[in-house]
Amino acid sequence: MKVSLLVTCLGDALFPDVGVATVRLLRRLGVAVDFPEAQTCCGQPHFNSGYHDDARELARHTLRTFDNGQTVVVPSGSCAAMIKLEYPHLFHDDPVWRLRAEDMARRTHELSDFLVNVLGVEDVGARYEGKVTYHMACHLRGLGLLTEPERLLTRVKGLEYIKLERADECCGFGGSFSVRYPNISGAMVQDKAALIEKAGVSAVVATDAGCLMNIAGCLRRRGSSVRTLHLAQVLEKT
Amino acid sequence: MNTYARHEHHDFLNAAQQALADPPLQEALVRLTSTLMAGNRRGYAALADSDALRSHAKRIKEHTLAHLDRYLEQLEAAVQKNGGHVHWASNAEEARQIVLDIARKTNTRRIVKSKSMTSEEIHLNPALEAAGIEVTETDFGEFIIQLAGERPSHLVAPAVHHTRESIARILSKYSGETLPDEAPALAKAGRRLLREKFRQADMGISGVNFAVAETGTIVLISNEGNIRMTTTCPRIHVALMGIEKVLPRWIDLPVFLKLLARAATGQALSVYTTLLTGPRRPGETDGPEEFHLVLLDNGRSRVLATPFRESLQCIRCGACLNACPVYRRIGGHAYGGVYSGPIGSILTPLYDSVADHPHLPHASSLCGACQAACPVKINIPHMLIGLRELQTHEKSKGRWEKWAYHLSAAVLRRPWLYRLALRCARLVLRPLAHEGWLRRLPGPGAAWTTVRDFPAPASRAFREQWRQLR
Ligand code: SF4
Repeated sequence: MKVSLLVTCLGDALFPDVGVATVRLLRRLGVAVDFPEAQTCCGQPHFNSGYHDDARELARHTLRTFDNGQTVVVPSGSCAAMIKLEYPHLFHDDPVWRLRAEDMARRTHELSDFLVNVLGVEDVGARYEGKVTYHMACHLRGLGLLTEPERLLTRVKGLEYIKLERADECCGFGGSFSVRYPNISGAMVQDKAALIEKAGVSAVVATDAGCLMNIAGCLRRRGSSVRTLHLAQVLEKT
Repeated sequence: MNTYARHEHHDFLNAAQQALADPPLQEALVRLTSTLMAGNRRGYAALADSDALRSHAKRIKEHTLAHLDRYLEQLEAAVQKNGGHVHWASNAEEARQIVLDIARKTNTRRIVKSKSMTSEEIHLNPALEAAGIEVTETDFGEFIIQLAGERPSHLVAPAVHHTRESIARILSKYSGETLPDEAPALAKAGRRLLREKFRQADMGISGVNFAVAETGTIVLISNEGNIRMTTTCPRIHVALMGIEKVLPRWIDLPVFLKLLARAATGQALSVYTTLLTGPRRPGETDGPEEFHLVLLDNGRSRVLATPFRESLQCIRCGACLNACPVYRRIGGHAYGGVYSGPIGSILTPLYDSVADHPHLPHASSLCGACQAACPVKINIPHMLIGLRELQTHEKSKGRWEKWAYHLSAAVLRRPWLYRLALRCARLVLRPLAHEGWLRRLPGPGAAWTTVRDFPAPASRAFREQWRQLR
């Protein structure tokens, strides 16, 4: 099987290790990966802030870049949700681009969705020593991926899984929200960080660069020793 | 004409900041919303297939809104057949005038009210009081709010921002006795004070949860029993409803009864479900002599014709408030409108003015918890984004923001420019970083770094590592 990786702009610029881990993990599972180099940003920031013409431009660019008919794997729930749920909506009155958008929406999968629901694996043969908890990114709720990452994590050897209190509560990132309302967003991430510390773990796992930068940034500021990892980084370890 | 009640020049940022810095309020909000949300989850889980039921409820609402004119006329005819009077109010002003006229014709001096957000929406109480009529709110929370001269801060728990101590203070001042700050004693005092008002009232004013077009039945839901007293003790009963509250058939009602209380509190049913079909009939021993139904438009038919029509499906259960991590931290008053929380962030700009409420549509992380809790699955995040889109066409929208988004899109559309921008960002930010993290962002991002560090761009982006990976 061959897939195209959509690494996301945040992943590309801020957390390249996540992309690398995703590639290694997929290859280990027998999946060939290519990386269409023209990819940039899916346009979600523009869409969410109401700049829909700009978002459509970026959506068209992304649709052209991934026009090879191949399955697309995205190590981010929010970018996957943008493509799967919003692209068709953005082009709802444009018959040509709507078809292309619907086609890409069908082919696109968030990483845990791809592993569990397309490849059909829950035990990816990973080993990770330590107590780990998991924060659920909000867009996984939108995509209906309520259990997939947990199912993958609990099969990792050596990993002691600790359930996080209020795991599905937003960490306060929300893209432009965290810039426009840093105090409200700050109160949210402080609560999240406190609950993570309370869980007594060595690492917290999430599936989105947005949550990771927000939570990691706050844990760092609090002087916490809890590490922040993307799901791919745990699953890649053997 | 602007008929949507609001606080002029409401300062969202200030109000939110005040709430964040108010520990007792924070505690009260967390306690209330956690309890109610746990109820919401429990309530849905207790249904055989809550998802299917919620979709069914949504379809009923969609259908009703598509044929709203027909069902409202059917409702009118049915209410009249049952001996009631129906009044159509196109805006708040007209609705207030209708109620004042009924009060005048019926020699009304004293009014008791059960909780009605619609009456808040049209600012009814001040108008009645200005006409020399005594108005008493009989929902315990609303009673407290009225005595304190405030507005409700939650759809179903209007006095959530009060503590037992502040309630004891307010009630003691009103009753002239010293009441202990214990819940049973306060409830007992409230009951005693309100009993007298029920006995004396000429008119009872209620809202409407559902109105069945087929039968002309008004459905009201409460946990305190005050609605029964309001609608049966006084000579006159006036029910005030937004036109979106109509349901076509009798058999549609149980779908919503099953959902409303579960969504709001987790109860299978509220303690009281009151079904009223017309005034007292000959031979009956109780009930009002006259029944009036006021159908309020107040902008609803305008919204019906927009992409925001879905907002008219709302049954005002408050679940989206409880689910919202932003509401939970800033409370209802920060929103500056009659309706607060996620649904308020849609209704206030929509019915008042998009330009005057620049913050509401943006003060959401779009986490979607509201939609997941909503009994009719209203896509609140989508509507917030829709309002943001409307704002981008407003002149008042900051020019630098538009420019920044257009420019970034122009860059991101061209891979070579994207790569260049990436390199520039790295060049600027990496020297400021410590172990790859910035303690302080320059420019508009500075506040972001008040409580958290910001990651600097990696020394090698993924695309720069791909060659080796391949
Ligand atoms: S939008 Fe939905 S959840 Fe919010 S009050 Fe209305 S019905 Fe309830």
